[in-house]
Amino acid sequence: MLSTLPLPLTVGFAGLLVLLVLGSVAAIVLPRIKPGKWDDLVPRMRSWWVICLLVGGALILGWQVFTILFAFISFIALKEFMTLAPTRREDRLVVLFAYIALVASYFAVWINNYAYFLVTIPVYVFLLTALLLTLSGRTEGFLATAGIMQWAMVVCVFNLGHVAFLMRVPAEEVPQAGPAGLVFLLILITQLNDVTQYVWGKLLGRHKISPRISPNKTWEGAIGGFLTTALVFVCLAPYFTPLTLWPSIWVGLTLPVFGFFGDITMSAIKRDLGVKDTSRLIPGHGGALDRLDSLMFTAPWYFHMLAYFALERF
Amino acid sequence: MIQLLRRLVLVLIAKPFARLVIGLDVHGEENLPKNGPAIIAANHNSHIDTLILICLFHSRLLPKIRPVAAADHFLSTPVSSWFYRKVVGILPVNRKGGGRGEDVLAGCKEALARGEILIIFPEGSRGKAEEMGAFKSGVARLAETFPEVPVVPVYIQGAGRVLPRGAKVLVPFNCSAIVGSAFKWSGNKAGFMDQLRSTVETLRSDAPPLRWL
Repeated sequence: MLSTLPLPLTVGFAGLLVLLVLGSVAAIVLPRIKPGKWDDLVPRMRSWWVICLLVGGALILGWQVFTILFAFISFIALKEFMTLAPTRREDRLVVLFAYIALVASYFAVWINNYAYFLVTIPVYVFLLTALLLTLSGRTEGFLATAGIMQWAMVVCVFNLGHVAFLMRVPAEEVPQAGPAGLVFLLILITQLNDVTQYVWGKLLGRHKISPRISPNKTWEGAIGGFLTTALVFVCLAPYFTPLTLWPSIWVGLTLPVFGFFGDITMSAIKRDLGVKDTSRLIPGHGGALDRLDSLMFTAPWYFHMLAYFALERF
Repeated sequence: MIQLLRRLVLVLIAKPFARLVIGLDVHGEENLPKNGPAIIAANHNSHIDTLILICLFHSRLLPKIRPVAAADHFLSTPVSSWFYRKVVGILPVNRKGGGRGEDVLAGCKEALARGEILIIFPEGSRGKAEEMGAFKSGVARLAETFPEVPVVPVYIQGAGRVLPRGAKVLVPFNCSAIVGSAFKWSGNKAGFMDQLRSTVETLRSDAPPLRWL
């Protein structure tokens, strides 16, 4: 299967491998130079290896494996959300229904039915959730619970489902690097955006954007990160996407903004719930939601922008 | 043979289930006993509490791990009796035996003498989801008989949401197990029970927030 891998994707994976190796070397060397400061880099890099191997492997193996992987990732994220969010005793079965809705939504990806995907979570699961909640007969906290359930399902299942649906773009529409190339670029850019914002923030950060939600976010970090990410996106887009220059500049400039707001929204939710990390699932990173927060916002935007500018299928 | 099968079930089914379906997160793993004899004392809200506590240990220790459980509940039919005694490895206790002057803890004492690890729920039964009931003193009598055996307190969070008492279906939520440091018989029953209760309460405050309204 590797022999049929498009060249940009092969180069992309090779580049990723170089980054992982460099990061791992840094994780071994830096703590020796400055003990204490870089201690969490070792588990952090180990987790990156696992993430890259899982996602990269699924991309190479094709849409079936990738859909199953993302359904599973959505499940982990949804479970984390349901665990943290306030739920009422009577609503155990509604939480179970949310997991069933997840299967229904990813089934739409599996049968490649976009219309069905679009109405499952936002329309019918929305209605059925409220309906099931009324059956419990408890009115206090009704609206809040309905809102929490809907929020969880949209970000964890519907939004992330777009990543899996990108794998169903017909190969002839994306001769550059195939559907896997589209997904590779989305995930790369989303994670790169997190990293560049962090780095620019450390270097130049002065003016805090939202001290109460996320004290580490600064205007300098955000703008530096946006521009760096946009530049990388515009350079890579011709090799991975059918986007022409001007649309790629537009997507390159807006995508990091979505990523930023995904990050800050999850921070607000965590503050609201009184936790620092959503769980301890991924050593060195925190929970699944901590790692997926930006992707939950970038995925639908990237998908719709590709659909609008370049793809006939959607 | 059955020990090998039990170990396979633990490694291939129970542990992946604990990790993926109920997202088991263990705090204070270093406080777990490396070998028997030991007494694990935990709060009790759900049948999966036992599964969680067994999954805390390396599968190598599985033959030594004995959840103490009510004979009237778990040995009611021949099939369940076989399953719980041979597969889960429970140590049945006759809850109603005390009145006839029999030592209901005799089985537990023999197990500790053999160097096994007892899993005890001092609340006696599962009670209301995510609430802690009164502790019964059987565990103190065991600690008094074996004053050198470490008692390891554990607080389990979330199991009462996954499968509360009376529920028929399991709903995935993440669970945490917070393992406290071991302590030993303190010389008097009331003091020992107070220490156990307050330690588990402290562990509870270390658990991640849980809003079960």
